[in-house]
Amino acid sequence: MAFIPHTEADVAAMLAAIGVSRIEDLFDEIPPELRARSLSGVPAALNEMEIGRLMSERARADGIALSFLGAGAYEHHIPAAVWAITTRGEFYSAYTPYQAEASQGTLQLIYEFQTMIAGLTGMEVANASMYDGASATAEAALMAVRLNRKSKSARILVPMTLHPHYRRVAVATTYNQGLKFEELPYDTHEGVVAAAALAPYDAEDITALIIPQPNFFGCLEDVDALTDWAHARGILVIAVVNPTALALLKPPREWGARGADIAVGEGQPLGVPLSSGGPYFGFMTTRMEHVRQMPGRIVGRTLDAAGKQGFTLTLQAREQHIRRAKATSNICTNQGLAVTAATIYLSLLGPQGLTRTAAAAHARTRELTAALTRVAGVRLAFPGPCFHEAVLQLDRPVAPILRALASHGILGGLDLGAYHPELGNALLVCATETKTSADIDRYRSALSETLQSVRAA
Amino acid sequence: MPVHEKVIFEYSRPGRGAIDQWPHETPASALADLPAKLRRARPPELPEVGELETVRHYTRLSQLNFSIDTHFYPLGSCTMKYNPKGCNQYAMLPEFLARHPLAPESQGQGFLACLYELQEMLKAVSGMEGVALSPMAGAQGEFAGVAMIRAYHRARGDLKRNEIIVPEAAHGTNPATATMCGCQVREIPVTSSGDIDIEALKGAVGPQTAGIMLTNPSTLGVFERRIAEVARIVHEAGGLLYYDGANLNAILGMARPGDMGFDVIHMNLHKTFSTPHGGGGPGAGAVGVGTRLLPFLPIPVVGRDGERYRWLTEADLPQSIGRLSAFMGNAGVLLRAYIYMRLLGREGMRQVGEYATLNANYLAKRLQDAGFDAAYPQRRASHEFIVTLKRQARGLNVTAMDFAKRLLDYGFHAPTTYFPLLVPECLLIEPTETETRDTLDAFVTAMSHIQKEAEQEPGRMTSAPHTMPVRRLDDVRAARQLDLIWKRTAQP
Amino acid sequence: MSNLPADLKYTKSHEWVRTLPDSTVEIGITDHAQHELGDLVFVEVPDAGRVVKADEPCAVVESVKAASDVYAPIAGEITAGNPKLAAEPEIVNADPYGEGWLMRLKPAPGALTAAALLSAAQYQQVLDAEAH
Repeated sequence: MAFIPHTEADVAAMLAAIGVSRIEDLFDEIPPELRARSLSGVPAALNEMEIGRLMSERARADGIALSFLGAGAYEHHIPAAVWAITTRGEFYSAYTPYQAEASQGTLQLIYEFQTMIAGLTGMEVANASMYDGASATAEAALMAVRLNRKSKSARILVPMTLHPHYRRVAVATTYNQGLKFEELPYDTHEGVVAAAALAPYDAEDITALIIPQPNFFGCLEDVDALTDWAHARGILVIAVVNPTALALLKPPREWGARGADIAVGEGQPLGVPLSSGGPYFGFMTTRMEHVRQMPGRIVGRTLDAAGKQGFTLTLQAREQHIRRAKATSNICTNQGLAVTAATIYLSLLGPQGLTRTAAAAHARTRELTAALTRVAGVRLAFPGPCFHEAVLQLDRPVAPILRALASHGILGGLDLGAYHPELGNALLVCATETKTSADIDRYRSALSETLQSVRAA
Repeated sequence: MPVHEKVIFEYSRPGRGAIDQWPHETPASALADLPAKLRRARPPELPEVGELETVRHYTRLSQLNFSIDTHFYPLGSCTMKYNPKGCNQYAMLPEFLARHPLAPESQGQGFLACLYELQEMLKAVSGMEGVALSPMAGAQGEFAGVAMIRAYHRARGDLKRNEIIVPEAAHGTNPATATMCGCQVREIPVTSSGDIDIEALKGAVGPQTAGIMLTNPSTLGVFERRIAEVARIVHEAGGLLYYDGANLNAILGMARPGDMGFDVIHMNLHKTFSTPHGGGGPGAGAVGVGTRLLPFLPIPVVGRDGERYRWLTEADLPQSIGRLSAFMGNAGVLLRAYIYMRLLGREGMRQVGEYATLNANYLAKRLQDAGFDAAYPQRRASHEFIVTLKRQARGLNVTAMDFAKRLLDYGFHAPTTYFPLLVPECLLIEPTETETRDTLDAFVTAMSHIQKEAEQEPGRMTSAPHTMPVRRLDDVRAARQLDLIWKRTAQP
Repeated sequence: MSNLPADLKYTKSHEWVRTLPDSTVEIGITDHAQHELGDLVFVEVPDAGRVVKADEPCAVVESVKAASDVYAPIAGEITAGNPKLAAEPEIVNADPYGEGWLMRLKPAPGALTAAALLSAAQYQQVLDAEAH
């Protein structure tokens, strides 16, 4: 079933018009030895009923657990209207808005998105998205190297409190362009960058400093001190931020005396379901004076030939299809549909709704950690303020505990053993507005039971 | 078409909101632990509108778009085929949507089975030995491919290979990718018959050659007939061959890049495998490799131990070029591609190649019969072909841009214009296999009317479109007077 | 037939060079170049004090459909970039050989005499060849 509408009569008429007798003849320019024989590695076709049944069986087998996982992807309530509109054919099956007059819907939506996301970070311009928060961070590092004319080193300071996958993506993406990422140690008792960690770099030629807020542990960094330290040394500041948190926390533009130079992050919390890790979207925002070094598509408002307001892609000369080898990036396709969802989500929530969501997530996480630390053998790793996730330390290995919880239908969090062995038996837990007190109590009870039976064994 | 829509912020009224969608209010005391110096002073500037207002606004915006669901969209190199609703429905089953990327593998065997089977099917149609699904777009797939080529040479101790050859007609992402991978770009010409200039290629290869990036059929819409020779020349010089899969739809089920000698390919799942274009994304740029490059695949890749599926990571692939996505790429897109490939099955793959090519050749012939000039009239069309309007531009002073804008008034999205740069005033036309003969005939009729209009009333064309929500937009003003975010007092 | 002042020198990459009374040179893009690019939306000129080699890209002219590098015709030190172009890039379109100058440069010793600059007639030949 290949959605091909042609009848035999159609085919006959078309072949006659072309002047060949078989469709096969249209492939006569392909050397015969290159013609594929059978595609034995591909199974026979299923119809929609059959594939629907297969997918439903597989989905049922996977099920849905009660999840307290965060670590870069967050479960939030997504109003039904968000995806009902996003999956409308006019959004879903539209292409990149290169023919602006036929794409005013998409273009105006992106303009509204740019406005909303720039408003959240406090910046003056935003692009129409990057692939995800990690690749946006990598592109921000490349952008900082282009921007920072005074620094030649291409050395980027990365706190160890940045999401470990983000650092790996940044390295993999920029490796061939000579960027060097240097890790800043963190205080293992506080969960944030140690003030002393900066001292060795006081007089060094550093191009940019990445500051996550909140950081991978959910802890809040001293963004003002870090930003001012960087700017005093001509170092550009790249903020990596959670968009929900920005409803409560000071935006990057207000960090320190001058504000961050580039602010990026993962947009998934804004109306995009967890869906096994994608598609999400990266957002990128910056100051107006840096706009020409910002990769990705940008929508601008202008006038049409009759003097009426309209929207179009602008500053395209920076992009790959025009600038080619000298483009700011090779990015072409972005994450349009996810951005559509986020824009509708932000409109539905508005300032009050997003603030309430952030506040509820914060409160729920506090409730969660309070409940879980009442269980013997569980303590909070870091004393300082955190936002919507926290690190717990257990008195025994985490992995078997998580397996036991999973068998109760609970995903207890992320075992930090592979990423931060220096924290011992550490578990990253998260609760958003989607968790009730009953859910939290269920977790506490299952954890208590699990730990008791492990102790008894 | 609906009347012009205001920007959402213009509907804002203080205190309005979709209150039923918000969580209950949290007492201020629960936020007391957040230090004042880290707190936001003013609430964020987001619109304050009710739910119906929001729904109405974005629904009306959607109605301002052309889309595959509403219009014939023959954009060359974009493969605007029907996006089956079934793919969306089953990819959005609640369990798939609810799954956290870091959830245990034991609770994701259904999902992982789909991805593993997708890898296997992509291997089969491309003739490659290994596939990784995490690159999130064609451009990222290209990046992965060139990075793997560099890693391969480095692993062999051959550090001088830092030049990538591209044909002058290549898509802009190719040289941009080469630069992102720290390579120089060397362009080679194409002959008048649309094939790569073999002599120029022989002169271009050498010990500095990391590889060549090719599309086949090429961006000119024709098959690279001497591909076997190209492969031999590049391989003998020590370079590798990279296949840009943008045009895979033309040969799906009919020929395989692996058999042509390509060492690494990327496939655009949002083109050939019909995942939605979404107004600009998300896509997925799965990469396939031959044996030589298997160790370098980007992680994670789905592996299988007996009946269990699991993610292969750095420990399994120590020479991997690394991680390109925070998690595992555009998983939801991958599920849609999987469902589509299962719906096609092995017979359907062939039919895609056959009918995409039939439709393109039919449309090319009918347009030529109607008096339009094909760029390569002596060649078979692949799944797309180029019409050049340089005669009209010289004689009548109407450009490809004018034709494109006027087509919108006739209810057709314009083909790709001004790409490839090699052919002046060109339209790159790709009908795809899911369009009926009637649609193609209607397009030819529209083009003929526009041609007549160009001869008799060119003013109507140069000022087109006339019936769209906006008239032709002032690009220069958009770039000179940057208005990139809405401000309360701003006027356009 | 584009405008080609006879008293200037030219390069194959469509720059013009004017020797000023103080022995510095003034550099811009030709009428042909500005016409090909279309309405300029942005111009980036180098900072004073920057030392450039011959053929080094040192400025960028950007229109809606293209962004092109401008190459230093000879080696030397930049003495000034045209400050008006940041706000009004369209001056280059309107007056490419006058108010639309891009930069001024003090040639490195011997650079001006050594340079293979084209006369107006030679540059016209370049344009004629390109037209085919």
